[in-house]
Amino acid sequence: MIAEIGLAVLWMAAALAVLQLFAGFSALRPSGKVLGGVVRPLAVMQGALVAVSFFCLIDLFLETDLSVKLVAANSHSMKPFIFKLAGTWGNHEGSMLLWVTIMAVSGGFVALIEKRLREETLLATLAGQAFVSLGFYAFLLLSSNPFERLPEPAPEGQGLNPLLQDVGLAFHPPTLYVGYVGLSVAFSFAIGALITRDVGPAFARAMRPWVLGAWIFLTIGITAGSYWAYYTLGWGGWWFWDPVENASLMPWLAATALLHSASVLASRNALRAWTVMLGVIAFSMSMVGTFLVRSGILTSVHAFAVDPERGSFILALLAVYIGGALALFGIRASTVTEGERFSLVSREASLVFNNVMLCGILGIVLLGTLYPLLTEAFGAKVSVGPPYFNPVSAIFAIPMMLMMGVGPLLRWRKDKPSRITATVAVPALLTALALLAVVVLAPGIRLLPLLGIAVGIGLAVASWLPLRGRNLRRTPLSVWGMVFGHFGIGVALLGAASESAFSTERLAAMNVGDTQSVGPITLKLISIEPVAGPNWTALEATVTASYNGGAPVTLHPQARTFSSPPGERTESALHTRWNGQLYAVLGNEGEDGRWQMRFWWKPFVPLLWLGGLLVAFGGLLALLGRVAQDVKRLRVGDKIAFRKARQEMLK
Amino acid sequence: MSEPGKKRSSLAIWLPLALFGAFFALVIWGLVRPADREVASAFIGKPLPQFDLPAATADRPGLATAQMTGKPRLLNVFASWCVPCAVEAPQLAALRDQGIEIDGVAIRDRTEDLNRFLDSYGNPFARIGKDDLSEVQLAIGSSGVPETFVIDAKGVIRYQHIGEIRPEDVPLIVAKLKEAQS
Repeated sequence: MIAEIGLAVLWMAAALAVLQLFAGFSALRPSGKVLGGVVRPLAVMQGALVAVSFFCLIDLFLETDLSVKLVAANSHSMKPFIFKLAGTWGNHEGSMLLWVTIMAVSGGFVALIEKRLREETLLATLAGQAFVSLGFYAFLLLSSNPFERLPEPAPEGQGLNPLLQDVGLAFHPPTLYVGYVGLSVAFSFAIGALITRDVGPAFARAMRPWVLGAWIFLTIGITAGSYWAYYTLGWGGWWFWDPVENASLMPWLAATALLHSASVLASRNALRAWTVMLGVIAFSMSMVGTFLVRSGILTSVHAFAVDPERGSFILALLAVYIGGALALFGIRASTVTEGERFSLVSREASLVFNNVMLCGILGIVLLGTLYPLLTEAFGAKVSVGPPYFNPVSAIFAIPMMLMMGVGPLLRWRKDKPSRITATVAVPALLTALALLAVVVLAPGIRLLPLLGIAVGIGLAVASWLPLRGRNLRRTPLSVWGMVFGHFGIGVALLGAASESAFSTERLAAMNVGDTQSVGPITLKLISIEPVAGPNWTALEATVTASYNGGAPVTLHPQARTFSSPPGERTESALHTRWNGQLYAVLGNEGEDGRWQMRFWWKPFVPLLWLGGLLVAFGGLLALLGRVAQDVKRLRVGDKIAFRKARQEMLK
Repeated sequence: MSEPGKKRSSLAIWLPLALFGAFFALVIWGLVRPADREVASAFIGKPLPQFDLPAATADRPGLATAQMTGKPRLLNVFASWCVPCAVEAPQLAALRDQGIEIDGVAIRDRTEDLNRFLDSYGNPFARIGKDDLSEVQLAIGSSGVPETFVIDAKGVIRYQHIGEIRPEDVPLIVAKLKEAQS
């Protein structure tokens, strides 16, 4: 029954989206004005219905209703609660339902709370949101029905891919999804603003919290995903430039650029066309990423839902939405009036510079991701990896990070370089000193890690400078947000560069009782014993590690064997110190009874994820600041309106 | 300073759509192309690159390009840590017993591990070169272990077999060696 309710409600929501689309666009014409009033309620109802449908699917998974095809294929009655829950979105159909749910719920919220935009622009935005949702409703209902029943209930479910049975991963995809799909709101705002030719500060202010929110989720999702890959895949790496990782990075880059250009538009009324363009690009990148992952067009370690037929469907959606939006941009961009001007040395100019750099990185990531396909079209097979991505993205990233240290100190519109020279001298000097120190202390270090360490230190210091001379209590939250965001980037860069420059690795065949060393750490294999978990068994090694001869700590790397479905996974063991992380992996038993063990000592690597979290925290501060500002503005507006009304009455 | 993308009159505002069109054409092609996911060596038909690897074990000499002429032979890329390499050992032994010369390149391996591997699974190799950095492996266009190349009498790569040689693959490899003779 639950499955039928879920499906019926989903169809109803799709029907409401059709109404929302027509009512929204009709209301833009003088003859259809009356329809304007129903658009907001429709959007809210649509969001509520889809949410009900999604809860139905969650319920089916929690109860392990094996008469539903999706549950039987992806869940198992013996699975722990948390993975039953995560099973809801750990598959193609469920994740598409999550996609539509986020889209409709955020559309509903826009309808509920957005009061700053011109009513027409808002109606066009909601109609646009309905238009985009409809494609995904069609996809879900016509080709990926999550509520399909089996003719006979299955005796037992097939379980969830062991790689996905990890608490971190249970929440990694939905986090990224909130980010991807949250950007659809920015997309719809851009469409709405283009349709009504209403690109201005109000549009940027309305869009900004949504972009910020989506961007925070993307930042957390990418950070968590990279940590997940680091500790579960057992390769000791944290970023592989895999197509799926690139698919999450590209919307983040676009959203970062959008966030900054929306700020310029909101406070300075400049960069109009550019901001609209980025609004279109950001969600387009989400869709392109999803397409690349789901269609199986690129070979990827992540491709768990590969199906060319679905690929064709998503591709058709891409053609309609991205093609349509870019065509609309082409037609309307010439009518978007020019924004305010600014000089070459100004906050705006530095933001434009970094926007261009971000788009440059976006371009090279997209090109690198598609390059294997491109060369294959010309008859050659290649794979593209770190040797391309790292240096080429650094060409854009390093100047960008230098500019990040300077830009926030500049004034809007026009400034003199001489005004900030003394301030910038400190981080610049530190960067130069770090450069020298690393060259002297670690001769033979490669160029990129060297630059990474120096620029990371410089940026981490420079990011605090905008607070200079401010009353810290009265500094707006959004400024704190920027400080933390930029500081986080510097910290993450330091972690990444240090990992790449100073990691040491030891691959050893060990008998119980043997000792080995990696970096400053001495390791001893104490025992190897079988252990059992809820739906897996494992061989667990007990290893003691002592840092520079200090008190030993115990680690338990495991090689897990899952029963439902059968599969194997290494569970690495980590020991984190303030100055680095020890990473231990248990491999196979060799011919002679010795165990293959793999150890890494990675100095300062935790800074990488700490930096990512700081960036997200900065985003959160900025979002809180913006929302508080908006609420204040609304209250003041209400008060003024109330007093005016009272005065009218007294007359 | 003008804002990017502001040249209203120019064609620049259509550029994103044009780029998207190119992307679209590319992926359409990608979706309809025949599914063929094997990474074939681009080096087939080309002479072996110049290399000179040190000996990996005490009882076999190292491997240099200069020695690999005169008659068709197999070049086997393997490692002691690779399970499929152990699986293909009987097939390699059978090929060797047919009088085919097999040279080996041991990838990222250690002599003591190699000795143990060759003791357990047999040693069909005439020479074994030690390739600790996968330099030769990459130079001949191999992306994994095991892989086996058919080299003709002039030292030209004629055929690449990806993955372990199973019993049913042996006739094909023998045929390729015959082809390489002509």
